[in-house]
Amino acid sequence: MSNFFTRRKLITTGLSTAAGASGVGAAAYFASQYGLIPPDHTGILGIGETLTYSSQRLLTSGHSLAREFKRSDISKIAPVNGPHPTDENYRKLLANGFREWRLLIAGLVGRPASLSLEELKRLPSESHIILHACEEGWSYIAEWTGVRLASVLDLVETRPEARYVVFEPFPNPRQTTGVVRVLGGSIDMADALHPQTLLAYGMNGDALPADHGAPVRLRLGRHLGYKNTKYLSRIVVTDKIDFKGRGTWYGGI
Amino acid sequence: MSVAAVSASLNRTETGPRHSAVVRITHWIVVLSALGLLVSGIGILMSHPRLYWGETGYVGADSLTDVPIPFVIGPSVWNRPIHFFFAWILTFAGLAYVSYGFITRHFRNDLVPRKADLHWTSISGVILDHLRTRFTGTNAAGTYNVVQRVTYLAVVFALFPAIFWTGLAMSFGVTSVFPVMAVALGGHQSARTLHFAFVALLLLFVAVHILMIYIAGFVNNVRAMITGYVSPGRKAR
Repeated sequence: MSNFFTRRKLITTGLSTAAGASGVGAAAYFASQYGLIPPDHTGILGIGETLTYSSQRLLTSGHSLAREFKRSDISKIAPVNGPHPTDENYRKLLANGFREWRLLIAGLVGRPASLSLEELKRLPSESHIILHACEEGWSYIAEWTGVRLASVLDLVETRPEARYVVFEPFPNPRQTTGVVRVLGGSIDMADALHPQTLLAYGMNGDALPADHGAPVRLRLGRHLGYKNTKYLSRIVVTDKIDFKGRGTWYGGI
Repeated sequence: MSVAAVSASLNRTETGPRHSAVVRITHWIVVLSALGLLVSGIGILMSHPRLYWGETGYVGADSLTDVPIPFVIGPSVWNRPIHFFFAWILTFAGLAYVSYGFITRHFRNDLVPRKADLHWTSISGVILDHLRTRFTGTNAAGTYNVVQRVTYLAVVFALFPAIFWTGLAMSFGVTSVFPVMAVALGGHQSARTLHFAFVALLLLFVAVHILMIYIAGFVNNVRAMITGYVSPGRKAR
């Protein structure tokens, strides 16, 4: 018998393997108990996504605030990826100043609601001057005005089992191909209840321009551009997300 | 170097592996994950091949430099999860290597330059020897020369941390907790630009590193980083 397989080595290797395996098991259990597992945790890339999401959730617990800027920092140009919806339904709403538009809020809520733009504007409003960065690499600074998503969720009485909020927009054309699709998104409750998370209807002191997501878009302080769903039509509170998109659900590191 | 130190280092080359198992394994994990990060990073850059300074930057704003490749919309979406996957692997391999280096005093014994070597004649001597392709590095003495030592320490403790910092400074989650990480660099776009600049420096290091290995004996040096030994006859225990 070679000295590689000594009894002591076998015992220590066995014990450390068992400790390692039960450590990973315990970590997975506590991570799911404390909501540290993202919807896109499956597959080999899901390992990285889970590590990123859980470490960011531990790091940013307690509503850490995104950096805010001065009014003089606001960029002269605010680029967009892709134009606003061009279908008949959206064009009619846009032409009429979105007077017929309603935001539906449903799912795990005590009192589902259908709010008009005027009703949203009557709720307490606030403004944030923050950096908007696209995952492609470009960024601009703008001021966004709207109502805190937390206030709206309070109004509809979100149920305790709620874990995610899903944002459904009007379908709009893809930037590259022009093919019309629904580019929805979802966030967890930590982001939904964050003080910088707005349902924004104003930008740089004016009404939200069509290309920037009129009548109302989601505005998150701590996320990349693509998480800020435009042209909102319906909000659904849920306890489960079936993420089938490409890229990262949370937004990456 | 004292006689005892020379015989100790020669003795080590005779009996033990030139590179320990932890150094060998983490070296190749770092190589593979850095390659994955490079390829996916280029994929992300392709979506917006312009670099800026400050907080903001977009088509229509003044750029520092326009990378001469066309804009390709799309690759950033699926390259980002790949980039972060390899970033985590690199993090774990790097942490394993650095803690190993401190615990076993690998850094202190093999990489921190000796006081006697830290003067210009010694450094210029090594550089002149290299220019005459007369190497007095690991092969001759079983130890690293002063230029190797300073370079390796700079890559491990300055360049890699700088790439991590500038990468994390682009994360809104990270800067919401540590705003200074972006502010100290001059802003979000500065962090992005510096991220690519530090990677360019790392690529320069890799190019020189591979060139030196090629000149000093490619097969023997790569074998030493895989099996631990320079000559093929010897096997790792």
